[in-house]
Amino acid sequence: MRTRVKVSQQMAFASLWLTAIVAIGALLLILLFILKEGLPSVSWNFLTTEPEAMGREGGIFSTIVASLYLTILSVMIAAVFGIGTAIYLTEYTKDNFITRIIRFAVETLAGVPSIIFGLFGFAFLVTFCKLGFSILSGALTLALMILPTLIRTSEEAIKTVPQSYREGSLALGATKWTTIVRVVLPAALPGIITGLVLGIGRAIGETAAVWLTVGGALRLPLSPMDSARPMTLHLYTLAAEGLSLPRAYATASVLLILIWFLNTMANLMINRLMVKLKA
Amino acid sequence: MEIHQRTKLVEKSIEIALLLLASTSLIGVLLIILFVLREGSPVLMKYGFFSLITGGEWQPTSQIYGMLPMLIGSAYVTLAALLIGVPLGVGCAVFMAEIAPAWMAKLVRPAINLLAGIPSVVYGFFGLVVIVPLMRSLVGGIGFNLLAGGIILSVMILPTIMSISEDALRAVPRDYKEASLALGATHWQTIYKVTIPAARSGIIASIILGMGRAVGETMAVILITGNTPLVPKSIFEPGATLTGTIGQEWAYASGEHAQALFAIGIMLFAVIIIINSTALFFSRKKVGA
Repeated sequence: MRTRVKVSQQMAFASLWLTAIVAIGALLLILLFILKEGLPSVSWNFLTTEPEAMGREGGIFSTIVASLYLTILSVMIAAVFGIGTAIYLTEYTKDNFITRIIRFAVETLAGVPSIIFGLFGFAFLVTFCKLGFSILSGALTLALMILPTLIRTSEEAIKTVPQSYREGSLALGATKWTTIVRVVLPAALPGIITGLVLGIGRAIGETAAVWLTVGGALRLPLSPMDSARPMTLHLYTLAAEGLSLPRAYATASVLLILIWFLNTMANLMINRLMVKLKA
Repeated sequence: MEIHQRTKLVEKSIEIALLLLASTSLIGVLLIILFVLREGSPVLMKYGFFSLITGGEWQPTSQIYGMLPMLIGSAYVTLAALLIGVPLGVGCAVFMAEIAPAWMAKLVRPAINLLAGIPSVVYGFFGLVVIVPLMRSLVGGIGFNLLAGGIILSVMILPTIMSISEDALRAVPRDYKEASLALGATHWQTIYKVTIPAARSGIIASIILGMGRAVGETMAVILITGNTPLVPKSIFEPGATLTGTIGQEWAYASGEHAQALFAIGIMLFAVIIIINSTALFFSRKKVGA
């Protein structure tokens, strides 16, 4: 009896070890496979020259610019609305009818599939608002998409700021708004930055929603009203139409490295800020 | 007094401005619903909800818009993703929360977060260059099939299932486990008789959220499933999904065909809302309830 219990525990733990190895292994396999195939083709030249012949030849310069353009614009828009919403929900209201509706909307928004955001952007921004296939249509769609992430992370960050900070500031005669801007937000900054980086990562990796709103023109976007093709969409086109497999691997690698770089930068920044705040 | 009143006014207007910012989410959701419905409802009205979801043929050029092929296709890939992804994801969560050494849990968590950030199109690309050729040699045919889509989706939903299940398992009060161990139960008996049942609602929520992610995913399935709008006879056949059909056809669709794609969008939206509210219901339950 004793031994049977022991043996079944050992078997169970062995299979749990196995699931963990398989799960993490599968994820790592994907990452390493893409990098192994793609990194050798990534060169300075590949990053800085324009694609030619629909992407069969040349580099990916205009797609990098398009990705950065879209990401920066969308995160800037989402930051204003997201942090504003978080401040309102945490500092100005208790649990009431309005906040419950807003929270429900945020939760709903977080669950909407990206292709629906795409359909919406296409019907509303591209067609109804006559913005056309443009960086602006794409950035507005992306901003709405990453808004829930920004609201949640900023809210969490603001909530962790000790109440005594606010009381201290108010006691010194500062107004509520001054307290928020000078005391609460700086203290919540690490958490807010985490949210921004998560948003950047999601915006840079998104494909379906930008496909239906930015179009896919393979040229250097200058004005926000230009159609463009970000890296994700370029990768899709190269793969789906079989234009150039080596360039697809290389584009995927650049995307992965960019996302890894952003993650690392964010972690570094957060650690720095934490040290500063504690000092 | 004058200054005091001015500050008050400024403070009040800031509050109103913030309320306006906060209402964007609500306005966004309403606009999404409004515009997807506006574009999709004409087809829904004209052909009727039931004939659309039971119609086995999708031939936009002949004005036949049966959505059964995509509904079944989406169901197949989602089911396959869950059958593979749930045992792996939950198993891995139990491992991390209960038996992994602390240094390992500390190392794996950020790694999982990083992997959760891999763009879906990269997963799809991996499926195209690795899983599809594998299917071609194992199952035969062209290699593009629903199972291949399900396999890639199972990997994509792993981070969701793993992280939420792990949180639920870690939230189980220590006393529960200690009481069980004190009664003479082994570690494993405690895990599957006490810890897992106590974290049940969180684990279920993670599975349903993973399911929502699988149903709503576009770029991965579009590259792997073959996008053939026929009712699939088995999971080894190529097929189309709700999301894949929209992605595949929106660029050249016009008129009623475009409206039919929005009607697919309405279906997808409805399915996702049902899935997500179920997940919300489970995630609001308390541990042990």
